[in-house]
Amino acid sequence: METSEPVIKEIDLSFLNEVENESQIKVSACFQCRKCSNGCPMTFAMDYHPYQVVRFVNLGLKERLIDSKTIWLCSSCHTCVTRCPNEIDIPKLMDYLKGKVSTGAGQAAEKNVELFHREFLKSVKAHGRVFEGGLMRGYMIRSGQMWQPRKVMDNALLGLKMFKKGRLKLTPTRIKGLNKVQKMFQRHWQ
Amino acid sequence: MKVSYYPGCSLESTASDYNASIQALTGMLGIELSEVEDWNCCGSTSAHSLSPELSLVLSARNVVRAEAAGRDLIVPCSLCFNRLKTAEKALRQGTVSEYNFSGSIQVRDILEFFSSSEVLDRFVDMINKPLRGLKALCYYGCQGNRPPQIIGRTDCENPMDMDRLVEACGATAVDWPFKTDCCGASHAVARQDVVYELVGRLFDRAVAQGADCFVVSCQMCQANLDMYQEKISQARGQKYQIPVFYFTELMGLALGHPDVSKWLSRHFVDPSPLLNQLELL
Repeated sequence: METSEPVIKEIDLSFLNEVENESQIKVSACFQCRKCSNGCPMTFAMDYHPYQVVRFVNLGLKERLIDSKTIWLCSSCHTCVTRCPNEIDIPKLMDYLKGKVSTGAGQAAEKNVELFHREFLKSVKAHGRVFEGGLMRGYMIRSGQMWQPRKVMDNALLGLKMFKKGRLKLTPTRIKGLNKVQKMFQRHWQ
Repeated sequence: MKVSYYPGCSLESTASDYNASIQALTGMLGIELSEVEDWNCCGSTSAHSLSPELSLVLSARNVVRAEAAGRDLIVPCSLCFNRLKTAEKALRQGTVSEYNFSGSIQVRDILEFFSSSEVLDRFVDMINKPLRGLKALCYYGCQGNRPPQIIGRTDCENPMDMDRLVEACGATAVDWPFKTDCCGASHAVARQDVVYELVGRLFDRAVAQGADCFVVSCQMCQANLDMYQEKISQARGQKYQIPVFYFTELMGLALGHPDVSKWLSRHFVDPSPLLNQLELL
């Protein structure tokens, strides 16, 4: 976890205003009680705790957030917003910040997490339902893991076992209303 | 009793055993499931992570189709349930401009449905093989309970639906503090190390509580706890051997359904030694 605090000479409120206006999340209601972070199961892997993410928005420290692993590692388990006395929707804030990065504000600090989400959505766009086999193939190729023999072997063995146990589908299901789903993608995804 | 059913993508593949047990159980209980016609993926974590708007319309299409069929919508996957419930709320508030929704049906979590008195009373009357001696940890995970603003539950810090069901089956529901902790489902591919840590904590606690098995209602939890158990054992230098049942499988077992062994054969951690030892198979 990052412990050094930034030196702030003047607080720029424009980022806070932008976030609150666009996301409708009342980030400025935070009084830093840290209940969110005490209950968060993911803090062991995060570079900033959830209360810091909220604080950084209030202080206008946009770059730190754009570069953070935390926004990608949040698992949306909703423990934080459930316990927040001010009902600040932190998972929604994490999504909003991920959106900032994925639409061009920077590079995802957890590249593979973002890649997985993209490959997942590609699969939904192609068939209307996610096809796990195709999703895994796309992810392995684009993450470069297709050329790591150990990863390939691990996944092949898992896939084989799943297949033997009837837990692997070999072909995608294409829904009839696929064109409607694809229109949703055109409208709401980049 | 007739309800609409949204299986979700993984019940067609990795969780086909869950689907089979749900179909069998509802058949025995006289509940007619009718699958939402031509349903689409809810977009899962990936859609709301990259485009909350996309997540909402993908889910809303399913809710609106269920309303056209005129019955409450039962959802087994906790993640799908969470997304569809979020869409239901947005539709009620009129914030999804693409769709009209009159609000005549509700999206319901399958666990809540099965533990409601309308279903539970029928089930209890039909039990012919109580699961005596089985000590089970009910693991609810996150998405079926939280956030209360969407799901509308007041017991989200300590849900008891599954505990009641398991006790109704004749088993013992072991109390434990991690019942609504997260298994890290959405990171199972990209950050396996994170999932191993989260699930490893659950295993350690299960061992400390002296439980025989986990019971779950979410197939993402089942996959993380069951499929990766051997790997997590290796990574943590422990030898975990804890079967992970769907609650519907335990209900099927208590009713003496003939296909139970078939469902259980799809698990990675074989539950039959435990069940044989307790003379429950």
